Amino acid sequence: MAGIVFDRVSKRFGTAEVIRNVDLDIAPGSFTVFVGPSGCGKSTLLRLIAGLEDITAGTLLIEGCPVNDVAPAKRGVAMVFQSYALYPHMSVYQNMAFGLSLAKTDRRETDRRVREAARILQMDHLLERKPKDLSGGQRQRVAIGRAITREPKVFLFDEPLSNLDAALRVQMRLEIAKLHRALGATMVYVTHDQVEAMTLAEQIVVLNAGAVEQVGAPLELYHRPQNRFVAGFIGSPQMNFLPGTLAAAGADGVAVALAGLASPVPAAVAPDGQAAGAAVSLGIRPEHIVVGDGVAAAGPHGRIALVERLGSDTLLHVATQAGHLVVAAGAATKARVGDTIRLGLPADACHVFAADGRALARRGATEA
Amino acid sequence: MVAGGSSARVRAAAPPSSHHRRRVRRAWLFLAPMLVVLSLVAGWPLARTVALSLTDATLNTLDEANFVGVANYLAYGPPLDAFDPDAGAYYLYDAEHDRHFVLDAQTGRLTDETDRDHPIVYDRVDGDYVHAETGEPAPGIADPLFQWSGVLADRLWWRAVANTLVFAIASVSLEVILGVAIALALNAGLQARGLLRAAVLIPWAIPTVVSAKMWGWMYHDSFGVMNDILLGLGVISEGLAWTADPHLAMAAVVFVDVWKTTPFLALLVLAALQMLPGECYEAARVDGVHPVTVFWRVTLPLIKPALVVAIIFRTLDALRIFDLIYVLTANTEATMTMSVYARQELIDFQNVGAGSAASTLLVFVIALVTVFYLMAGRVRLGAD
Amino acid sequence: MAIPGRSRPATAAFYAAVAVIVVYTVFPFYWAVNSSLQTPQELFDVTWFPFSFSFGNYAHVFDGQPFGRNILNSVFVAVLTVGISLALSLTAAHALARVRFRGRGLLLLAILSVSMFPQVAVLGGMYELIRSLGLYNSLYGLVLSYMIFTLPFTVWVLTTFLRELPRELEDAAIMDGAGPWTTLTRVFLPLMGPALVTTGLLAFIAAWNEFLFALTFTLSDSQRTVPVAIANFSGASQFELPWGNIMAASVIVTVPLIVLVLVFQRRIVSGLTAGAVKG
Repeated sequence: MAGIVFDRVSKRFGTAEVIRNVDLDIAPGSFTVFVGPSGCGKSTLLRLIAGLEDITAGTLLIEGCPVNDVAPAKRGVAMVFQSYALYPHMSVYQNMAFGLSLAKTDRRETDRRVREAARILQMDHLLERKPKDLSGGQRQRVAIGRAITREPKVFLFDEPLSNLDAALRVQMRLEIAKLHRALGATMVYVTHDQVEAMTLAEQIVVLNAGAVEQVGAPLELYHRPQNRFVAGFIGSPQMNFLPGTLAAAGADGVAVALAGLASPVPAAVAPDGQAAGAAVSLGIRPEHIVVGDGVAAAGPHGRIALVERLGSDTLLHVATQAGHLVVAAGAATKARVGDTIRLGLPADACHVFAADGRALARRGATEA
Repeated sequence: MVAGGSSARVRAAAPPSSHHRRRVRRAWLFLAPMLVVLSLVAGWPLARTVALSLTDATLNTLDEANFVGVANYLAYGPPLDAFDPDAGAYYLYDAEHDRHFVLDAQTGRLTDETDRDHPIVYDRVDGDYVHAETGEPAPGIADPLFQWSGVLADRLWWRAVANTLVFAIASVSLEVILGVAIALALNAGLQARGLLRAAVLIPWAIPTVVSAKMWGWMYHDSFGVMNDILLGLGVISEGLAWTADPHLAMAAVVFVDVWKTTPFLALLVLAALQMLPGECYEAARVDGVHPVTVFWRVTLPLIKPALVVAIIFRTLDALRIFDLIYVLTANTEATMTMSVYARQELIDFQNVGAGSAASTLLVFVIALVTVFYLMAGRVRLGAD
Repeated sequence: MAIPGRSRPATAAFYAAVAVIVVYTVFPFYWAVNSSLQTPQELFDVTWFPFSFSFGNYAHVFDGQPFGRNILNSVFVAVLTVGISLALSLTAAHALARVRFRGRGLLLLAILSVSMFPQVAVLGGMYELIRSLGLYNSLYGLVLSYMIFTLPFTVWVLTTFLRELPRELEDAAIMDGAGPWTTLTRVFLPLMGPALVTTGLLAFIAAWNEFLFALTFTLSDSQRTVPVAIANFSGASQFELPWGNIMAASVIVTVPLIVLVLVFQRRIVSGLTAGAVKG
């Protein structure tokens, strides 16, 4: 088990700075997921840990030792690639044993480790096959097995499931979670899939344009996003944002004036130095908007422009006087396009973001 | 472990990109054997050829060559074969005036020795000759004695340049037309495609020397099948000496080259054609556009980049043609190309200096043509 | 058989054109085979079919001149040239294809321009080099000089091939602790079989067919390669060439090439286009 520390790490390709001054702690034995839009640098960050890319500035420490100049194979890390990257001309056994044979590991020890990995992944019967004779899921297992045989302190996964179909992806996700529990090793996982991130991670790192936006447990990111980017990125369907101004700011909460609404909407957040009159945006998740007769008349209302029935849920796109809102209304709703609907925005479900995108601290929002 | 803040940590301690630098060093190590061999067989001989072109080296005196400047390219002066190394002087004869001269190579002093008892000495002053005694100028006295020499003054060299250009232009343009036609046929999706592709590869596979011999036999003036067919068809009334007749030799050579290298072009064009999107054609067919129009307006512009590359390759290839001409038509002036000329000077006449000068000029001509192509390409790009 | 959307006469004309192309490309070879199987008497009378089926010309090729030796020379030179070129260009192509470094583009351009060099341009310097290394009239001298045209070609084609292998495969090897040499020999090389066959075959043909250097750097009949031997075939009299023998020799050295080319035609086509189009 080994912790990983980024100390003001930067990476430039030519003049393009793809990683900017990243400070990050990854606890030993934890499962950390890097997420972010494509091009945010999450894969580069992973490749920096692997040693496949050089660090331009700053220090990377694994188990407390700077590893900037340590060769990839000597860092005690193993990596699983998106395209599996199996050696096509070698059998499954040879694929898994290749790294050990290069490290001049004893033959008997090699055999023991390969068979152990095969047992863990339940692929003992595949050892003599070539990669081309395997299904996508089996190939991914071999790629993971290849990492296991090296008995690394850190496992790196680079979007390992994105080439699999949906059903297989769920199954492999569970297996990776199981593997983490069984091996107890530090795992770092890159994905653009939120569900993977939320279900696998103990700690999520949200990246944007080469910089860390927020680090935290999955539900912490969901409930207490530190800025508008994280708020919009985590959660599906996306959080609604409405432009407004701060009407009142007190110790027990603020109120946001929205266009077309007679009275400001109260939100259970601390003013954080923002005074009344400041331009802010009000954020609320579709699943937190209340629909129905019990809603106060003061809330936004409008016509339903579009109804998306997902089976488990129904999404209503409502054009209100304050702006466009997406509402998760539950599967049973009878709402139809053209209906006029009243919406409630509960104070303790509201997020408020300052003009620079920073979130005002929420009060009393629960972790679970 | 706590992130950030700790000043004990070393910031940007290691020189950045150490892995990358190691990788680059290994890359040069990997390149080294190839680079050494390539410089030995290409860089060094090329440099030596240029150097030799500035000397009077012959095949047997490569080691003791003297620097002669650009004399192998172009020089004006006494003929080299009039030089007597023992005397260190040129013995010259003015046939027009029936006078004998001696030119001292060291001092440049010219002595009229027609009358051995009363030699007349001329000194060289400011590039002109003057009477050594009277100081009276003697304009033009050396003109009948001196001559232009060097490759650039050789009529045969210019003939070779002209032949090479004619050959390159004729063969490449015919190859392009035929090659595109064959490629279109191959691309038409007919069932004979495999057969056609195999047939087209045969001329390419036959060694040039062998194809020169095959065609030489077909061109034979008395027993060749070419004359037999043409006589049978009544096109000609008597057998033609295809390779010996100066008016026919070039055409004969071009014909063989076209036969041999059109397949190469056809395959390149075919590769380009097969990468074209099928939708264009279906759209054109739906719109009822005439196939010929489709070719000029759709196909040709799309394959043009590949075609231009192929044309450049073929042109550079044609400009250095040697073996076909050497074997098929021997050393006739009618087909002598720059390569044949250079080798003849260098090996047959053992005149390494002049031969190397011709080689160097050939490189120069090829460089010129390449620059011309690149510029023409850019102009066309600009016009688009 | 008819091509959709075309009339019957158009289809007929199309196939006629195909037939003309096939006859045009194949006829000279047919004529060589035809002539090689005729007796000297038949040769002096244009005959469209070798009625006598005489193999006398083939027997004659091998007596009176060391043609068997010439064939072995050609095989030796071509095989050695191809082997050395492939070995040298394998590591070079790995560096050029997989490592980003300053001057790489320039180097590739230089290599490409060497392949466009006229051989005559280096003739004087090469003659001097071969003499000074004591390789005049030696097959090794030919192998050395042939590097000038095979090496740029093999480097170029193998570089294009290696460039297309996935990056993650190399990353996986690096993570497994493989250095560049191990990556090349144990991961990439086993995947390069087809590319090596194609490249090797094309380089082999180029070396087999070479004429100018072979003509200039060898002197004795026993050191000559096939193209020079065929070019220098002479008959009993100085003025009458032994056409039957020449055609027989031509067929002997061409048939293996044609067989190779036809067997590997798909690969050759892709190799040629990789070498040329991507320039």
